[in-house]
Amino acid sequence: MPSILELRGVKAFYGPSEVVHGIDVAVEEGGMTVLLGANGAGKTTTLRAICGMVRSEGDILFAGQRLDHRTTEKIAAVGVAHVPEGRGTFIGLTVEENLRLGGYTRPRRIPANIERMYGYFPILAQRRRQQGGALSGGEQQMLAIARALMMEPRLLVLDEPSFGLAPRIVDDIFKIVGRIQKEEHVSVLLVEQNANLALELADHAYLLETGYVVASGRAKTLADDPQIRRSYLGY
Amino acid sequence: MHEFLQQVFSGLAAGSIYACVALALVMIYRSTDLVNFAQGEMAMFSTYIAWTLVNTGLPFWAAFFMTLVVSFIGGMLIERVLIRPVENAPVLAAVVVTIGLLLIFNSLAGWIYTYTVQDFPSPFPDRPILGALMTTRDLGVIAVTLLLLLLLFLFFRFTSTGLAMRAAAQNPASARLCGIPVGRLLAIGWGLAAAIGATAGIMVAPVLFLDPSMMAGVLLYAFAGALLGGISSPVGAVVGGLIVGVTENLVGTYLIASQLKLTVALALIILVLVFKPNGLFGTAVVRRV
Repeated sequence: MPSILELRGVKAFYGPSEVVHGIDVAVEEGGMTVLLGANGAGKTTTLRAICGMVRSEGDILFAGQRLDHRTTEKIAAVGVAHVPEGRGTFIGLTVEENLRLGGYTRPRRIPANIERMYGYFPILAQRRRQQGGALSGGEQQMLAIARALMMEPRLLVLDEPSFGLAPRIVDDIFKIVGRIQKEEHVSVLLVEQNANLALELADHAYLLETGYVVASGRAKTLADDPQIRRSYLGY
Repeated sequence: MHEFLQQVFSGLAAGSIYACVALALVMIYRSTDLVNFAQGEMAMFSTYIAWTLVNTGLPFWAAFFMTLVVSFIGGMLIERVLIRPVENAPVLAAVVVTIGLLLIFNSLAGWIYTYTVQDFPSPFPDRPILGALMTTRDLGVIAVTLLLLLLLFLFFRFTSTGLAMRAAAQNPASARLCGIPVGRLLAIGWGLAAAIGATAGIMVAPVLFLDPSMMAGVLLYAFAGALLGGISSPVGAVVGGLIVGVTENLVGTYLIASQLKLTVALALIILVLVFKPNGLFGTAVVRRV
């Protein structure tokens, strides 16, 4: 399988300090790749480097084009949709306005795409006239994913979609993400604290520790590794 | 009673000017988190441009619309050239830039056009109507400003650029992730604010007469109006501006000498900040620490 996204020797900075120290990561076209690791391992910073939100060094290649040194809005426009940590909801705007903003780079397809998103997330259709800030955490996560998909991206970047949500809602959301991935032919790069869940869903996994990749491989292989099980899966 | 209503209507005419300038202040504040102290002087300079165009023999409305276009471009340039470099600097740096702009525009106008008070033509005849309750000039000013406010409302409510501007003001990081060019929209916001200010300047100039410090008092009233409405609310800015206009006129007529009217603005600013810091329509800013 060819890679849709490739990081080669990528260093990323948080302010003046380097927090990611030259990592290599590849995301397979059509697959789901997960970045695992404890708090402060550099997972979110890696995602932010991909989207040009923090300073980085090294090569970031997306479908053969270089993303490094491009602005965040240009990176979004070439087909990388990033659902940020904290969900990035426009809290003062309605659900439907949030979705229309997601389609900013695909203005002609906005009405059709909104209807498609309401198909995946019927609760958003019910709440379409409500303000984004009035939604529950789970609903805001669904809105964030739907907003990202309005861009018709080739790569969906998800930063801890399970954060702060009840387990049942997390299951629902991941089920829909799995379905969307197949139906929309979109590749997924996921950052997740919940390693059990992530390794179950993903094809490939990278384990980050204090800014370095310390293990990588097929998700199944990693899930069977006794040491990784002890440190990250808790059994 | 008749005199009271007369004062209310002429207060509404003045208030609609304050409402425009207050709206320009609020637009900048929402998108850039900055009170643009140069808003009044920018409007004054725009008015001089209109005055120059009218003096070359252009019809009033042609000069008016050309001035709006020039002001829009000027506002965008100011954002790009002067505000952008201090975007990530401490807020005081940006405030100093706007105060510097205030002085530059004031001195520039004095240097080019001198400090002599000039007559400015009004596009509206000055005839009493409605049983002398108001003049056609007041009515014209109110109509023009209300039309402008309506157009702005429609722009922000129903166009994709307007929606994107609201999003960029609210959550710039998230807007960028949606592919929205936040920087360009900020510049457009400054351009719009400059054009709104220009409208206010041109509408008020026939009453106040044109000189380089024409807008100083207007800016103060507008600031009081913006604060009264809640500095982050566009609707609040308009309502606040109108309330300030009427209050100022009534207090100046019945309570204190009209030369002391400006103190009304200062008193209002202090009262709002002490008793209702979020204004009538503003929301409290909650920060997690």
